[in-house]
Amino acid sequence: MSANGAEGAKGADGATSDGTTSDAAVTGPPPQGAPQPDDAQGPRADDLVTGSEGRSTLEVVEVRTGLFGVHGSGDTSGFGGLRRPVAMPGASTRPYGGWFDEVVDVLGEVLAEGGLSLDAAVEGVVVDPPGAHAELTLRVRREHLVAVCRALRDDQDLRFELSLGVSGVHYPHDAGRELHAVYHLTSVTHGRSLRLETTAPDADPHVPSTVAVYPTNDWHERETWDFFGLVFDGHPALARIEMPDDWPGHPQRKDYPLGGIPVEYKGATVPPADQRRSYS
Amino acid sequence: MSTTGAPHATKNAPDDASSAPMFEASGGDWSEIADSIAEAAALGEERIVVNMGPQHPSTHGVLRLMLEIDGETVREARCGIGYLHTGIEKNMEFRTWTQGVTFCTRMDYLAPLFQESAYCMGVEKILGITDDVPERAQVIRVLMMELNRVSSHLVCLGTGGNEMGATTVMTLGFTAREEILRILEAVSGLRMNHAYVRPGGVAQDVPDTLDAQVRDALPRIRGYLGQLGDLMLANPIFKARLVGVGHLSLAGCMALGVTGPVLRSAGLPYDVRKAAPYGGYETYDFDVPTSTDADCYSRVVLRIEECYQSLRIVEQCLERLSASTGAPVMVADKKIAWPAQLAIGSDGQGNSLDHIREIMGTSMEALIHHFKLVTEGFRVPVGQSWTTVEHPRGELGVHLVSDGGTRPYRAHFRDPSFNNLQAVAAMCEGGQVADVVVAVASLDPVLGGVDR
Repeated sequence: MSANGAEGAKGADGATSDGTTSDAAVTGPPPQGAPQPDDAQGPRADDLVTGSEGRSTLEVVEVRTGLFGVHGSGDTSGFGGLRRPVAMPGASTRPYGGWFDEVVDVLGEVLAEGGLSLDAAVEGVVVDPPGAHAELTLRVRREHLVAVCRALRDDQDLRFELSLGVSGVHYPHDAGRELHAVYHLTSVTHGRSLRLETTAPDADPHVPSTVAVYPTNDWHERETWDFFGLVFDGHPALARIEMPDDWPGHPQRKDYPLGGIPVEYKGATVPPADQRRSYS
Repeated sequence: MSTTGAPHATKNAPDDASSAPMFEASGGDWSEIADSIAEAAALGEERIVVNMGPQHPSTHGVLRLMLEIDGETVREARCGIGYLHTGIEKNMEFRTWTQGVTFCTRMDYLAPLFQESAYCMGVEKILGITDDVPERAQVIRVLMMELNRVSSHLVCLGTGGNEMGATTVMTLGFTAREEILRILEAVSGLRMNHAYVRPGGVAQDVPDTLDAQVRDALPRIRGYLGQLGDLMLANPIFKARLVGVGHLSLAGCMALGVTGPVLRSAGLPYDVRKAAPYGGYETYDFDVPTSTDADCYSRVVLRIEECYQSLRIVEQCLERLSASTGAPVMVADKKIAWPAQLAIGSDGQGNSLDHIREIMGTSMEALIHHFKLVTEGFRVPVGQSWTTVEHPRGELGVHLVSDGGTRPYRAHFRDPSFNNLQAVAAMCEGGQVADVVVAVASLDPVLGGVDR
């Protein structure tokens, strides 16, 4: 934790007080029971469901079993035994291509001036999808998020001055890093855009607020808190924004049901959307 | 402010809220309310908090404005939103990728084609087929988006005028919009909520008569725009209400992430169509109008000018469409292309009888393919994508995450109205109550997009 940047600590009073434990939870080995690539069994075990080839590491977010979404019935086809982990595109290796290398290099230099190494702040660089329309994703450790944002905004060679908000994603199977906060930044000056992704475990859903750097993230962070239960430490007024103030739960988490009632139409009954057959 | 020292976006509620005098103005005799407020004023209560909305016609839907007013001066202004939250993003996680179009088109209901196009471009990006979408489909998307931009701006101008009491502006705006809705209906079958753009292309080709129909309507639309300009831009009352009102500087716009006409009225020519072209916008000839006045009046001027620029693009689209008649409008990959063929039947709309005859009568494989693709959908590789388009109200961003299945794992829309409403406090505080109406109208929020 020696590299825990001063800037990050200023913006995130809640995250740094328990920073030691949360740090271990984010970067340490995943707890028992988390799906791993080795869990896949059977003749197609090597067929990871993934978007791109040649990745050094894979981030398993889910394990998919069976086919056609049929569970608990007498399966005679054998497809029910299929077990395939779903892995998000893993970290890429240099060269990243295009202006991606330059931005990562400059970011490393700017962070180094503040006494923070790139490896300490950014745990991985993902370039995906493959091809001409690749996007740059920096996986930032949450305790350094504010420092990275400030460097990206202020340095003249980076100048990501326009934040386009925060989006949350809930990966219940990504043990120890269930909640992701995704930031999209655009540099009007240089005509570039990139994505920052930071994670927090369900047990400690805290991420430092970036409102001090990007005031526009005010409502976006409130929305992400509202829908995912991610607490943005240091936010000026982290209240619900879309749901009523007294609403229980956070509706866009994967463990929150969609709800709905069966609808009768022309004599047949259509079940609610989350109870219809789905194709896994 | 409160004594806790922590900065608050909204003021802390007083601990003894029950003791504060409250007046309810929901019907009844207004003179009684005025009398009781006068009594309160006699007690030294000068600042009052007024709820404007959520059921007020000049709030563009169910926007709730909480105004702390001192006489006619607004001291603090805050927004309350969420009254139209319908969980569209959550619902999209339970439908196939193609069905998602039907949902996202209902977000910002005045600009449905922008959500559809941005969403489909995001899906295509993860699929890796961005460059495989046929040229003609791209041209049709641009044509539809630009027509939609004009119709959206016309509503903004029309309702903006109506809120100031200029009913003629409103009727003119809606009459002109009707011309465009007729075109959109001729192409997609629907006036709103089209679900016309699909991943891989568009649902069907444009009708043969479209070229004549649009070329017939364009002079009339230009005529209406000219009338709107004549009615508004030199009108002394209009200028007195708008000039210098709702000021938001360039620094304020960038800090608050405000994009679109409001940002361009502050002088920055930032338009996603030019900054990061998509769908072939780099090949069209059009200008990005800007102003440096940063007030409500300049935003009206910019919106009118943008309408003319959009009509320029529409004309270029028509030329390209007539040059590419008969070309495909859906990606060639049959594992992605929605197989249904539409035709106008005796009931007005429906599946092509020829297509049904083929799949039901002659080709079992085509039937299986059709059934699987429509009921199960196609799979999208694992990954995420971020797509932005220039929406009438600013930069619309779509964040899509796929887990390799047939449904989105997460679909998030960065709606420009949602973001821009954060600027209400900066634009309204210190002004008059009447300026709030004008300032909010110049942001042009659509609550369907704000709340999703």
